[in-house]
Amino acid sequence: MDNNTPDTGPSLEESWGYDRKTLDYIQRASATGLYEIRGLGAKRRVPHFDDLLFLGASLSRYPLEGYREKCSSKVVLGTRFAKKPVELEMPITIAGMSFGALSANVKEALGRAASEVGTSTTTGDGGMTQEERNSSKTLVYQCLPSRYGFNPDDVRRADAIEVVIGQGAKPGGGGMLLGQKINPRVAKMRVLPEGVDQRSAARHPDWTGPDDLAIKIIELREITDWRIPIYVKVGATRTFNDVKLAVHSGADVVVVDGMQGGTAATQTTFIENVGIPTLAALRQAVEALEDLNMKGKVQLIISGGIRSGADVAKALAMGADAVSVGQGILMALGCNSGSYMQGGKHISAIADYTKLGTAPGFCHHCHTGQCPVGVTTQDAVLEQRLEPAVGAKRVRNYLKTVNMELTTIARACGKQNVHHLEREDLVALTVEAAAMAGVPLAGTSWIPGRQ
Amino acid sequence: MNAVAEAIAFDLASQKLRELNQFLHGDLGMVKQVRVLNPDGAHSIAVGVNAPVTINIAGHAGYYAAGMNQLADVDIAGNAGPGVAENMMSGRVHVHGFASVSAGASAQGGLLIVDGDAGLRCGISLKGGDIVVGGDVGAFSAFMAQAGNLVVCGDAAENLGDSLYEAVIYVRGKVKSLGADAQFEPMTDADHVTVAGLLKQAGLTHDPKEFKRIASARSLYHWNADANQEY
Ligand code: SF4
Repeated sequence: MDNNTPDTGPSLEESWGYDRKTLDYIQRASATGLYEIRGLGAKRRVPHFDDLLFLGASLSRYPLEGYREKCSSKVVLGTRFAKKPVELEMPITIAGMSFGALSANVKEALGRAASEVGTSTTTGDGGMTQEERNSSKTLVYQCLPSRYGFNPDDVRRADAIEVVIGQGAKPGGGGMLLGQKINPRVAKMRVLPEGVDQRSAARHPDWTGPDDLAIKIIELREITDWRIPIYVKVGATRTFNDVKLAVHSGADVVVVDGMQGGTAATQTTFIENVGIPTLAALRQAVEALEDLNMKGKVQLIISGGIRSGADVAKALAMGADAVSVGQGILMALGCNSGSYMQGGKHISAIADYTKLGTAPGFCHHCHTGQCPVGVTTQDAVLEQRLEPAVGAKRVRNYLKTVNMELTTIARACGKQNVHHLEREDLVALTVEAAAMAGVPLAGTSWIPGRQ
Repeated sequence: MNAVAEAIAFDLASQKLRELNQFLHGDLGMVKQVRVLNPDGAHSIAVGVNAPVTINIAGHAGYYAAGMNQLADVDIAGNAGPGVAENMMSGRVHVHGFASVSAGASAQGGLLIVDGDAGLRCGISLKGGDIVVGGDVGAFSAFMAQAGNLVVCGDAAENLGDSLYEAVIYVRGKVKSLGADAQFEPMTDADHVTVAGLLKQAGLTHDPKEFKRIASARSLYHWNADANQEY
């Protein structure tokens, strides 16, 4: 051996531009001629709530006594026009997820958990199931472009209506529920043949543009005798303008879903490349409301990658009235866990992840309908893996924990009400997050792009 | 029986639309007929009605007239704006004039009759309702229509039945073009019976044999590489 050759084996240098992920993508595309469709949300790193920190109380602010002094987390949504606004015990709601994407058991579990902790849950594309109506004290009914299962009886028995314009994972895109998830019940609710790949339209069938939306909202109010709030949900893109238009259209509540928001099945390229981060969208949404002098009159719900009480606290401090959680709820139910509970025992699901070509911690295979833990499936055997009572308890525990973390942080900042958290309680760890969130870089008074 | 209680009129020139709709959503008691005077193109007239009542709208209606109708028989003497009878579940809506865009959108049941022409996207996302149009229909009619029938006595504009599921379209006149996955199919005896029945209900006397049948080729039902961006 030449004395100059180091004894470290062959030198392997991975390309940055053509790394293993990119190679996989190109090779997969060339083998199949199809783009990848998958579930959950964006996996890329974007500036997020992790990049913000709270300035707790000290000499210049009094903290609250953590275990004795009350800190309220109640929220009222839909105070603008509705006779009966939605009143919740915590500002953490369960996001719209369709029956079809989720099993009836899961829908029931979500309703039970939400009712127990005093929050709302939301239907999804595919209509309202009896199970979720029965189990949910407060149920938000989505009006989507597909109008699958949408009907006036359910409109009247909803506690709020959410007109869905878009979703953070795919703003501007319609939906796709692959045939393997269309079992007889799902097919019947959607008036579709069993087993077809079901497409959902990107645009509503009976209105186009904000002027029409204003008239559509009035129609929904007339049908419900102006009783319940009307939410408008947008995927985060041109959020400043979209929120203004939603307000002009007469929304009681605007829901903004950032790009980290989840989906049951969308093209990967769409999930990763369309939309803006939740952090950036939230700041724009709040500015739109402030610009219109509608802050507090029209409530703002933010979603897309909200996982913890800290995330909620930061969202509220930035100006949201409430948050909506989707993927976190799935994970509370057992998504990406190595096992599922059956009769009080943990049973390994690893082999089923392997069959899907994945592993716990990496799964995004909701679109296949073969969820190893029985969450996003319509398969009669697999859906039994999620027992509604177990699911409800886990979701309840998760929501309670998140809310306790929220009040812990609020108290530390000296607030008797979580809605008293404010922008000036926050600083950013990175220049990007400081610019997007409009808060100073920690230890400075510098807000990039603003001062 | 009290004749006054059986028929009631709302004059939208002096009364609010809210009063009309609130009344229609309440217990109608003996009331069998409601007349809406001076509608003057108001939006959302008689939306969300869930009762076997006859509603006569004495003029033009704006957006979403008879939206989400259940059981009611709604007669519109003039033209109707966008989304007439949208998401209808049952009952009957009869537009004596023309209907704007998205007539009968996502209707799950009932019968919509338009004596004149209907605009773009007539019967879009239809989910089981029936629509009879005496005149022509605009482009992209029956887009993604899932179930039910659209009978067009005049001509159809571009992209008829684009991305059609299981709804069936019958056209008497010319079809400018079919949309993705829509195809002409031979008329069967059952089709003749369906068309004859719907024409009869609409008070029209055309010969069902003059109609062509358009239905889904079902080539978009399964996502595959050979669809070449068709959807
Ligand atoms: S574990 Fe189930 S819910 Fe979670 S990503 Fe996989 S398929 Fe989807």
